[in-house]
Amino acid sequence: MAGIIYVAFLNGYRPPREDRLAQRLAESFPSRLEPLPVNFDLSTYYSPERGQYNATLILAHLLRHLPEADAKIIGLTNVDLFMPVLTFVFGQAQLNGPGAVVSTYRLRNEYYGLPPSMSLLYERTVKEIVHELGHTFGLVHCQDYSCVMHASTYVEEVDLKEARFCSECSAELGG
Amino acid sequence: MKKKKNRILIVDDELSVRKSLEEWFLEDGFEVETAEDGEAALRTMHAAGPFDVFVLDIRMPGMDGITLQKRVHEVDRDATIIILTAFASVDTAVEALKLGAFDYITKPVDPDDLSHAVRNALKQKELSEENIRLRDKVTELSLSSPIIGESSKMRQIMETIDAVAETDATVVIRGESGTGKELIARAIHTQSPRRFFPIIAVNCGSIPETLLESELFGHEKGAFTGAQYRRKGKLELANGGTLFLDEIGDIPAQMQVDLLRVLETKRFTRLGGNQEIASDFRLVCATNQDLEGLVKDGSFREDLYYRVNVFTIDVPPLRERPEDIPLLAKFFVEKYARAMAKPVKEIAAEAEAVLLDHDWPGNVRELENAIERALVIGRDRYLQPADLPLQMEREVKRPSALALAAVEESHIRRVLRERGGNVTHAAKALGVDRGTLYNKMKRYGIERE
Repeated sequence: MAGIIYVAFLNGYRPPREDRLAQRLAESFPSRLEPLPVNFDLSTYYSPERGQYNATLILAHLLRHLPEADAKIIGLTNVDLFMPVLTFVFGQAQLNGPGAVVSTYRLRNEYYGLPPSMSLLYERTVKEIVHELGHTFGLVHCQDYSCVMHASTYVEEVDLKEARFCSECSAELGG
Repeated sequence: MKKKKNRILIVDDELSVRKSLEEWFLEDGFEVETAEDGEAALRTMHAAGPFDVFVLDIRMPGMDGITLQKRVHEVDRDATIIILTAFASVDTAVEALKLGAFDYITKPVDPDDLSHAVRNALKQKELSEENIRLRDKVTELSLSSPIIGESSKMRQIMETIDAVAETDATVVIRGESGTGKELIARAIHTQSPRRFFPIIAVNCGSIPETLLESELFGHEKGAFTGAQYRRKGKLELANGGTLFLDEIGDIPAQMQVDLLRVLETKRFTRLGGNQEIASDFRLVCATNQDLEGLVKDGSFREDLYYRVNVFTIDVPPLRERPEDIPLLAKFFVEKYARAMAKPVKEIAAEAEAVLLDHDWPGNVRELENAIERALVIGRDRYLQPADLPLQMEREVKRPSALALAAVEESHIRRVLRERGGNVTHAAKALGVDRGTLYNKMKRYGIERE
């Protein structure tokens, strides 16, 4: 695993505890992590019928900002994302590809009518970033419910898993 | 062992839907193929099948999802299909369910519903396949018989089975017709690590040459006249288990080439198909022919001979192990008495002598048939010579030295059994003293119970 992972803050969005984020991600990926401010008009990818943003198109746009061909890029946003056939996604990634995007929109407690929790939001964000980046390194969903690569379609499932790879996924990742 | 990836075919006319689902299922660890319409889906099915699950959009230009579902089921009756539908076409989705679709999901799909629908479909497919495997296993067990024999030759064979079963070595079982070669093949399978998977038997001598290829390799729909459905061949069905090729010497020349290739690569294609299929099976063959002679006269390929002839078990004809005849006869009496709901008969000493005197050209199978017949026609509580096929009664020959010894051994064993192993009582019944009986028991290798 080599190259740089660019963490792109879309339109100035800053996830919770962003100062600690790079350090946490470095625990999972030995690659160098670089912040990358990226600005573009997200409204182009807004679907008025669905009231959501098309994650596939945002990801395609994001890839144009990839500084080097052998690097990876993950975009962070706080808008509600969807993929054309799915009602929503927490994030989207290219399996074995260079890019991924994660939204904190449905990771917030407030979305579910609960009091805000900065620590929960931080933990969920870290897990989703690691999960989507895991896909870009070729990892598929894992059966181990505590592994960060376990598929989570509900936020409760995100809370159940840990922000780390199980031994099998870790081995597949090459470390 | 790394788990085999499940394969999914997504059919939708919208590129964005195909792409989204493809990404979703790739991340879920599937092997994914996509098609933009019904025609393309059928082509993909032929070229890149088989698939574990099909996800079909119901509304597509040209062939709609319902028609495609029917066409898919024409090729693969067991195909697991999930229908994708908009709210407006739920009625059509219900029609799809009536036609055998596993489930339907409405667009846009909740990610959790999608994962559940596909997981449930795969679970049901696995359960259904497991159910078929278990039914086959139960049938196999109900049909199987133990290997009967106390002769040194049979003991040696049983020891060989114990040794070879644990390995994955190819075994050739040789012996005359009716000696129980298939029984030995089944015993090897039952004691092997592959026992939880099926043993698939093919009698290469009894299937016409034109059908044997399709029987072994399977075929795609339309591969030849009458191939109305895709059919898995025996090579594919034996995946994980044992393939038992009986009468391997009868395999036609061209098919010997194909079989050799399969044995070397464990891969093949169905007739009329071009998708390579992998199958992991252990091969056990049997023959009553002289394979070396067949190699010499060119009717059996030398390379195939060396490929299959890794380990050989020679099953002796029944006439070479007469001491097993009374045991086998008793086993068959009990088996058919149970099957016919009759009381278990004793075999009269005269009848046993006739059985021991016969040459048994048809071996154990002939003996089994003779006993079954005797139980059908016999009225006495003892099985009498008159109950046996006529040619046996007429065939009373002057016993050879071997036969005489065998008669004596068998009689001693029977009397001992009847007296519960009590040597004193048995010696009295036999009209000899205990010392003489002990000497004879030692000579014939009869152990005290």
